[in-house]
Amino acid sequence: MELYQFTIHELQDKIKNGDVTATQITASVFSRIEAVEDRVHAYIRLMKDDAFAAAARADADIKQGRLKPLSGIPIALKDIVCTRGVATTCGSHILHNFVPPYNATVVEKLLEAGAIFVGKANMDEFAMGSSTETSYFGPTRNPWDLERIPGGSSGGSAAAVAADECIASIGSDTGGSIRQPAALCGVVGMKPTYGRVSRFGLIAFASSLDQIGPFTKDVEDCAVMMNVLAGYDPRESTSVNADVPDYRQFLGRDIRGWKIGIPREYVVEGIDPEISASLKNAMAVMENAGAKCVDVSLPHTPYCVATYYIIAPAEASSNLARYDGVRYGFRAPETRELLDMYQKTRMQGFGAEVKRRIMIGTYALSAGYYDAYYKKASQVRTLIRKDFEEAFRQCDVLMTPTTPTPAFKIGEKTDDPLQMYLSDIFTISANLAGIPGISVPGGFTQGGLPIGIQFLGGPFEEGKLIQIASAFEKNANLEKRRPAL
Amino acid sequence: MKISAKEVEYVAHLARLAITEEEKEKFTAQLNDILLYIDQLNELNTDGVEPTSHAISVTNAFREDKILDSIGTQASLANAPDARGDFFRVPKVID
Repeated sequence: MELYQFTIHELQDKIKNGDVTATQITASVFSRIEAVEDRVHAYIRLMKDDAFAAAARADADIKQGRLKPLSGIPIALKDIVCTRGVATTCGSHILHNFVPPYNATVVEKLLEAGAIFVGKANMDEFAMGSSTETSYFGPTRNPWDLERIPGGSSGGSAAAVAADECIASIGSDTGGSIRQPAALCGVVGMKPTYGRVSRFGLIAFASSLDQIGPFTKDVEDCAVMMNVLAGYDPRESTSVNADVPDYRQFLGRDIRGWKIGIPREYVVEGIDPEISASLKNAMAVMENAGAKCVDVSLPHTPYCVATYYIIAPAEASSNLARYDGVRYGFRAPETRELLDMYQKTRMQGFGAEVKRRIMIGTYALSAGYYDAYYKKASQVRTLIRKDFEEAFRQCDVLMTPTTPTPAFKIGEKTDDPLQMYLSDIFTISANLAGIPGISVPGGFTQGGLPIGIQFLGGPFEEGKLIQIASAFEKNANLEKRRPAL
Repeated sequence: MKISAKEVEYVAHLARLAITEEEKEKFTAQLNDILLYIDQLNELNTDGVEPTSHAISVTNAFREDKILDSIGTQASLANAPDARGDFFRVPKVID
């Protein structure tokens, strides 16, 4: 086995025992990148020099007995989190040359934990997409089938972990952008509770929905990453000042007697039969582990996508008003006056999907339409939130498929935005309700494509999710496979 | 039709987006599809339902009124497409 194939906790054990150095791990990951990156295209930018310098520092630390939670661990960052002195593009032409003057809080926390940054991972432009095809820098390919999409918007972060081009990575999730690509790439991805992880330095898409979280190779690594990422940040006004448990304590704990709710609205027509079969299998696994699967209802589920496609674009149209060619980023050349400069900069700087969402959002917020769209959607959001509150009175966690289908072909849905939006049908509700969710590998289709199982919990119950996901991982006994790259 | 080509043009102006004739046509069709889909929200009676703006509510995130470090003028200007001295330069606003 090569070093790049191991998990965080396995590599940390090897470092502890003096078997490997941070520099050796980093070299292994970069040799893997050299071998596969031209086919996968997980990264917008590699940070090779920085990475080896960080590895040397980590090795010096380790020699002096200072082993931090992520010492010597190569990690990829979605190109939506600001890195001081390293271009942060958000997958967009309009920010192609933006070099942040500060680090995001999660970047500071990862650095403090000893992490080594491999590079900035590819993504849908401004995180708007479910396939990573809207990136200005070209699509990322699914390591399990290079003709297919890796999911999105954090497709680069998911593919980098699946292809062993890093050990773990950071993504952001506004409507499923961590859980959906994690499912389609066969890795673990967690969207924490709204307010659990600081978003200071995360480029904003939809501020009432955005949340940062990790991609990892297994559930134990997810707990390790959450221990580093979670916590209050006075620089972020929606960050919640609540205690952070040691998430590792939830690993391997018994789930006997737990009630797992299966929302009947998620077992709908149109869902791929192999995905339904994997959910049935997951229910059997959990019953065998001593849990009880119960039928629950989230009656407003059919309205989640419509609600989301008002709220997210409305907030995006407002957040993206700042890209005007004045303070940073791209400015259209040769313009006559200020208005002309704004309009041409935004026309040339944004891609089609971003423009489409700015248009929907601007329309929904414009005079005369606000009540019919934004206010209505915000009210339905309350009903969706209450559905979950009611469901969690009847069960400990919810279990659903993460996606309605396995990874689709590149180009298959690019001409039909609505079809693309519907690929997030099972993940959007958690963002609207603000609750945490985790996607874990749940097997493969006959064609060899990964399938994800999603667990959802009440606010700040990430520990419970780690407990159940770890129980599922242990009891499902899934065959260990690697993509044939 | 939920939205006409003329309204699409108006919304593009509000959003400060210059759009081509081709884009206008495409957006009109796509926005109609999306808005028709969104219409299903009207099946629900939401009379008296409080809107949710943030799912996990935090109010008044105040801090002590103390001056903290900021990044400074030069770092703030470093990404500007056009800067001179301590200012961002833009094309003329008034003729």
